[in-house]
Amino acid sequence: MATTNNSAAQAGTATKKRGQFKETWRRLKKNRMAMIGLTVVVFLVLISIFADVLFDYDTVVIKQNTQIRLQGPSAEHWLGTDEFGRDILARLVHGSRVSLSVGVVAVSISLVLGGSLGAAAGFYGGTIDNVIMRFMDILLAVPSLLLSITIVSALGPSIINLMLAIAISSLPGYARIVRASVLTVKDQEFVEAAKCIGANNFEIILSHIIPNCMAPIIVQVSLKVASAILSTSGLSFLGLGVKAPTPEWGAMLSGGRAYLRNAPHLTIFPGIAIIITILSLNLLGDGLRDALDPKLKK
Amino acid sequence: MSRYILKRLVMLIPVLIGVTFMVYFILSLSPGDTAAIIAGEGADAQTIEAVRKDLGLDKPVIVQYGKYMWNLLHGDMGVSYSTKRPVFTTIMSSFPNTAKLAFWSILVAIAIALPIGIISATRQYSAVDNVGMVAALLGVATPNFWLGLMLIIVFSLNLGILPSGGMSGWKSYIMPAITLGTGDAALICRMTRSSMLEVIRQDYIRTARAKGVPEKTVIRKHALKNALIPVVTVIGLQFGSLLGGATLTETVFAWPGVGRLVVDSIKSKDAPMVLGCIVMLTITFSVINLIVDLLYAYIDPRIKAQYKKK
Amino acid sequence: MAENKKDLILDIKDLVIHYETDDGTVEAVNGLDIQLEYGKTLGLVGETGSGKTTTALSILRLVPDPPGVIKNGSITLDGKDILNLPQKDLESIRGNLVSMIFQDPMTSLNPVLTVGEQIAEVIGLHENISEKEAADKAGQMLEVVGIPKERYGEYPHQFSGGMKQRVVIAMALACNPKLLIADEPTTALDVTIQAQVLETMKELREKFGSAMIMITHDLGIIAEVCDEVSVVYAGQIVEHGTLEDVFERTLHPYTEGLFGSLPNIEERRHRLQPIPGLMPDPTDLPKGCCFAPRCKYCTEACTKARPEMKWVSDTHYVRCSRYDEPGFKIERSVQ
Repeated sequence: MATTNNSAAQAGTATKKRGQFKETWRRLKKNRMAMIGLTVVVFLVLISIFADVLFDYDTVVIKQNTQIRLQGPSAEHWLGTDEFGRDILARLVHGSRVSLSVGVVAVSISLVLGGSLGAAAGFYGGTIDNVIMRFMDILLAVPSLLLSITIVSALGPSIINLMLAIAISSLPGYARIVRASVLTVKDQEFVEAAKCIGANNFEIILSHIIPNCMAPIIVQVSLKVASAILSTSGLSFLGLGVKAPTPEWGAMLSGGRAYLRNAPHLTIFPGIAIIITILSLNLLGDGLRDALDPKLKK
Repeated sequence: MSRYILKRLVMLIPVLIGVTFMVYFILSLSPGDTAAIIAGEGADAQTIEAVRKDLGLDKPVIVQYGKYMWNLLHGDMGVSYSTKRPVFTTIMSSFPNTAKLAFWSILVAIAIALPIGIISATRQYSAVDNVGMVAALLGVATPNFWLGLMLIIVFSLNLGILPSGGMSGWKSYIMPAITLGTGDAALICRMTRSSMLEVIRQDYIRTARAKGVPEKTVIRKHALKNALIPVVTVIGLQFGSLLGGATLTETVFAWPGVGRLVVDSIKSKDAPMVLGCIVMLTITFSVINLIVDLLYAYIDPRIKAQYKKK
Repeated sequence: MAENKKDLILDIKDLVIHYETDDGTVEAVNGLDIQLEYGKTLGLVGETGSGKTTTALSILRLVPDPPGVIKNGSITLDGKDILNLPQKDLESIRGNLVSMIFQDPMTSLNPVLTVGEQIAEVIGLHENISEKEAADKAGQMLEVVGIPKERYGEYPHQFSGGMKQRVVIAMALACNPKLLIADEPTTALDVTIQAQVLETMKELREKFGSAMIMITHDLGIIAEVCDEVSVVYAGQIVEHGTLEDVFERTLHPYTEGLFGSLPNIEERRHRLQPIPGLMPDPTDLPKGCCFAPRCKYCTEACTKARPEMKWVSDTHYVRCSRYDEPGFKIERSVQ
């Protein structure tokens, strides 16, 4: 990883950067699995953006209609109806909004926060490094799902708190990656050179060091969005996620538990939605890793 | 070596202090009046005040924390708010259940993952490899609580051959262990494959072949021992997190373990119990990590040499 | 011509090896011939990427496949047809009849096995003796290469580069092979250590009576240890002869170029004369003589057809079309 970063760093100029991006894209395109992943991810994003166009929230997604409860798949309700007679497909489509937004926001928070902490730790070293990294050790020492559970339960279940909880429990990962990248880049000559021409620390971190950690971070992000979505569904499953009647995959799954025997589709379909999402994100993440660091693949 | 172990154990102390402080602080943010919850529904203001005073809940958080730590140092984890039983004994009665489940799960995971990972690597792009890797991808993507529910649908509700929950006899282990094991198997399998592929390309493997070592021995003796080094880490970490966080699976199968205890205690705002569980699980998690590092040294003489120097 | 089959430990004929990758076919070895008598030492000299290592690996059938494919040719080792030997027989030959010393001692020893174990392993595999005896013999082999046998139980990371290469040598010689292939055995070592290791190899080879192929780009090493020399360029031997033939009566322009690239302490007034240009792209070799684009004697005809092997004496041949012209001489032979 380090050598890729270094060579990318030495390339430095804008044109070379674009060249690297193009090259990565070219390699990614050749990877069939990654392209399938990317297609599905794009599809899911589009669905969640246009969810309201597909199914109206107030009249379809949350409106109860007990006469048609627990129906199996039919022409009218492709994936059947749930315990309150709501269309499962409509709820899954709207649920993708929750899952994707929690995934993206949680990862963004922890990326920015963890990344800055890691960058500061790596760049300044000494006491700052020690304090930050010991704090990260503390976060790491608690199993992450347990930490999220504790945080959500203390702050009260809501989407925002869910995002925060997941973000906090995945801080150490980003901090470590960025710190490691900073340490490998820090003592290289182009950083020395930047110092010599009078760039301040903040500028150096922003313009020289951060671009050099991009490759591992991009990979980590795509994989972490997946695990954030998994955590979200897990927390919702425990009743610590979004409040009813907001549709969320984990909560839907949990709601179906009471009807496992007679209406297993209530549980089966949300699970499949989760699997497809995670699978495609992972395929994309793996593909990106191979494309960004071709040495690893052969 | 023993100096290294001691050093690691000593380093655990500040981490534990940090963890307890952090969790104590987070829990103190909880909305709602703890004293009122403990006093029970319909208790009058006087009783609530008495409870508050009794438990020291009227003091600042930091003081409460200090008191908690002081007691913890004396081996006292406090008393559960909801059951009034000592936290330590409650945890100790659930922990073995979690440990047993974790043991069988990791065994399932290793039994599935290692052979598939090794075969996949030695016959890259073969049918076994392709099927194995697709299965592993699916395994990583499947939420284990969902898999658990699916198993319940098939084996308990439809076939009626396995109990859907609880801990009663060996049959009740099967589904939880498979549920937890397959997810970990997927991870371990992918790790084994990539690590094997990496090792097989090394020069010393070519040396071994050039010595006339039969291919099977090359894989078993020369490649595997090197390839297992990162795999051992993953197995150890997975085992650690099984001990500390089979929360969801334990909930699905009503397994009387620590994971479920945490969830239940959080729901009933039983702060001493939550803290106690997290302290226990953090200790377990850290000790497992230490054991993994030591196992490393056992497999890799280069690392052993480093530890000896320290 | 030295073509008496009975004397040959190794007979490679018209060997062609390609690496077939997504990015094109690398023509690593293109019609290479080697004849080596028992007990003799052959130097294989050439630049990095000229196909020396691939040739060496093919003798043990260890060319990585995929992507390596042996397209054509035959390899006869001690009367055995290597390219058609079943895997099991190959395994009994490797490390026993023929063994190999690799370039980088840092990576060619298994880091998790003791050096003793690694030597004992090869003995145990090929000699029908108990584990204890194999271990004893491994200890003796360590002593033979100048390492106290007390270090039997130590791991490779506890040894220096030169010591590691001695271990590799001990491993290679442990079963008294009839052919030893040394692939740049000293390139990765310090100069002072190089001399020691080379000396050890030379002594031991004489002691065990093995034939040896010494692969190197260092003409000094060739002069030191070899009886015969083959100069390899782009996967083909462009000149072959005894040490004297090649060093004193150099024929091929490329060989001349190699000598021209050597610093000469006695004639420091002379400038180094490096060979201009680079090795041709092995995925796209020229149609004619592969050296033509870099050759100062190149004519139109050179770029049209691959030159044939031309014997100039019983022991010496060259692949250069210019020798079809009577009276053609390269500068080195004029001096």
